Amino acid sequence: MSLLSVRDLTVKFAMRDNTVTALDNISFDLAKGERLGIVGESGAGKSITGFSLMNLLSRPGFIDNGKILFEGEDIANMSDAQMRGIRGNRMAMIFQDPMVTLNPVLTIGQQMVETLMAHRKLSKAEAEQIAVVKLREVYIPSPEERLAQYPHELSGGMRQRIIIAMALLLDPELIIADEPTTALDVTIQADIMELLLELCQSNKVGLILITHDLGVVSQMTERTLVMYAGKIIEAGRTREIINDPQHPYTQGLINALPQQTKPGMRLKQIPGNMPSLTAIPAGCPFSPRCEYVRDHCRTTRPEPVQYAHVEVACHEVNRLHRENSEEQSA
Amino acid sequence: MKDAMSDGPLLELKQVEKRFDLDQGFLETIKMRNGKVIREKRSVHAVNNVSLKVDRGEALCVVGESGCGKSTVARLIAGLLKPNAGEIHYDGTRIDNQSRRSMIPLRKKMQMIFQNPYASLNSRMNIQQALEEPVRYHNPGFSRGEVRDKVAEVMRSVGVDPSWSARYPHEFSGGQRQRIAIARALTVDPEFIIADEPISALDVSIQAQVLNLMLEAKDQRGLTYLFITHDLSVVQHFGTRVAVLYLGSVCELADTATLFENPKHPYTRALLSAVPQLKDDRPNHIRLRGEIPTPINLPQGCPFQSRCAYANDRCLAEQPRPVQQPDGSMVACHAVEEDRMVD
Repeated sequence: MSLLSVRDLTVKFAMRDNTVTALDNISFDLAKGERLGIVGESGAGKSITGFSLMNLLSRPGFIDNGKILFEGEDIANMSDAQMRGIRGNRMAMIFQDPMVTLNPVLTIGQQMVETLMAHRKLSKAEAEQIAVVKLREVYIPSPEERLAQYPHELSGGMRQRIIIAMALLLDPELIIADEPTTALDVTIQADIMELLLELCQSNKVGLILITHDLGVVSQMTERTLVMYAGKIIEAGRTREIINDPQHPYTQGLINALPQQTKPGMRLKQIPGNMPSLTAIPAGCPFSPRCEYVRDHCRTTRPEPVQYAHVEVACHEVNRLHRENSEEQSA
Repeated sequence: MKDAMSDGPLLELKQVEKRFDLDQGFLETIKMRNGKVIREKRSVHAVNNVSLKVDRGEALCVVGESGCGKSTVARLIAGLLKPNAGEIHYDGTRIDNQSRRSMIPLRKKMQMIFQNPYASLNSRMNIQQALEEPVRYHNPGFSRGEVRDKVAEVMRSVGVDPSWSARYPHEFSGGQRQRIAIARALTVDPEFIIADEPISALDVSIQAQVLNLMLEAKDQRGLTYLFITHDLSVVQHFGTRVAVLYLGSVCELADTATLFENPKHPYTRALLSAVPQLKDDRPNHIRLRGEIPTPINLPQGCPFQSRCAYANDRCLAEQPRPVQQPDGSMVACHAVEEDRMVD
């Protein structure tokens, strides 16, 4: 049985006089200890997916339909009390900005001990011991002293390490990391990612990594979902998606990266913008920006189909593939 | 346009320094240390002894991590800040000591694009007003029709439909706003553009659009760029030369191709190795010890010593000077100079 199984998840936001669909019929699975990347641009629904999995959606957002099965139990219908037993305990979340996650008026020690004692029957001394062990695991120098420090006394990279230590405190089975290094510098980002990868592998923790950075996904994950306007448009093994993307949007996203073009030459850009959730086009949401568009793309929504080695939601994937291979052979 | 100008570099920074005082006024400088009352003035050493040249038609990229002084360099050049020491020359004239009034004709030649297009456009001005303002200001002789034509021309050149001119910034997406911000800089026909992280706030597919626009403007208008960024893949694509900044000092300055093929400074090497790559699964990442120290009370010697695997006693004591390498790059590192780095 998979660790997490999301089935036909639809999330809506109630507006004044209508509702907008932020997630549209999303289904995916995560095996135990598997690392899954969710990529997309802002507004694609990546973070909403993460929030839904933690049952953290707050009004006006709500789960309209679908199931989120965490080890067979449906999170979507759980009470707050039941959810408290899972959140932070069996699944944990890492956010982009560590300063938002950490409480500025409590010491690192107080925050870690509080989390531990909320879920386990432990004395304060025992909890502190565990906290020190976890801080050491994320390579925090002199962890005993850190317990007495406040978040503002630490650097950004150090704070994000502490967040990771806190996420691992109760040995969760799943970590959801929402752009965990976007606020950090490149050299620090590389450190944190390496650390996260190492910890997930050694503790067999499942990871859902939400990011806009294809490079990060490529190095961190085994499988990838590409999202666009609230839908999963392509899913498959990370290597295969990066090396041989099938959906025109995924292709566009990868080809738009500067490293894909000779220096100084024009980049291959995707025209236009991601549609706003209030005005998602009928048919394929990518159709207004797609160079392979045909009439039926504008009217019928493409369903995900297995193509080559990935699942892709595109009417024209056959033609696309044929043309691309002709281009290559020519 | 170019012939009448001098042959020297368009922009030259000579040993520029910028400090920001943290303790202002007498009372803030009084501190207790070991039971004694002392006076101490702390300051942030944002830019230390930076010398750079930008030739016409070049795109010089300044890279580095947050807090390394990239944006301060941009602001010093644009005249938004005054250096504490050193000189800045533009087209042969010294500009850092000029009055605000005498800077005005210069601002027509030198324009700036900022990171956040949500903050750089006045939300109470529609696009027409926002774009007209600089045209009117710098060309008082223009008739109304001429101003309008200029604005329409520039809007078309950045791919924003001139019929949208009555709209306000909130009606546009981030990418469109950044185009408008670029249009605003282009309205006065500048020759030099300082771009401070112009695409960092944008999505990947939009980044390509804006970068293409900037490349087009470079070719069509013969622009010279100073491009500030932390994104090395953008540097590799856009820059002709690169200056790597660490803690306010230039540690390596080289042609883009040279820098990416053969980085020399230990920091540049670590920086390049940290970029997440698309293709290879196993990154060959050089781990740096620790994190960037604060630029308050800088260490003696090399600014990079605390994180460098090659640091020795000389690095702790003596600040390395930029030394020209056989391939033309300038590197400020004792280890490179003494050839004691192992590849």
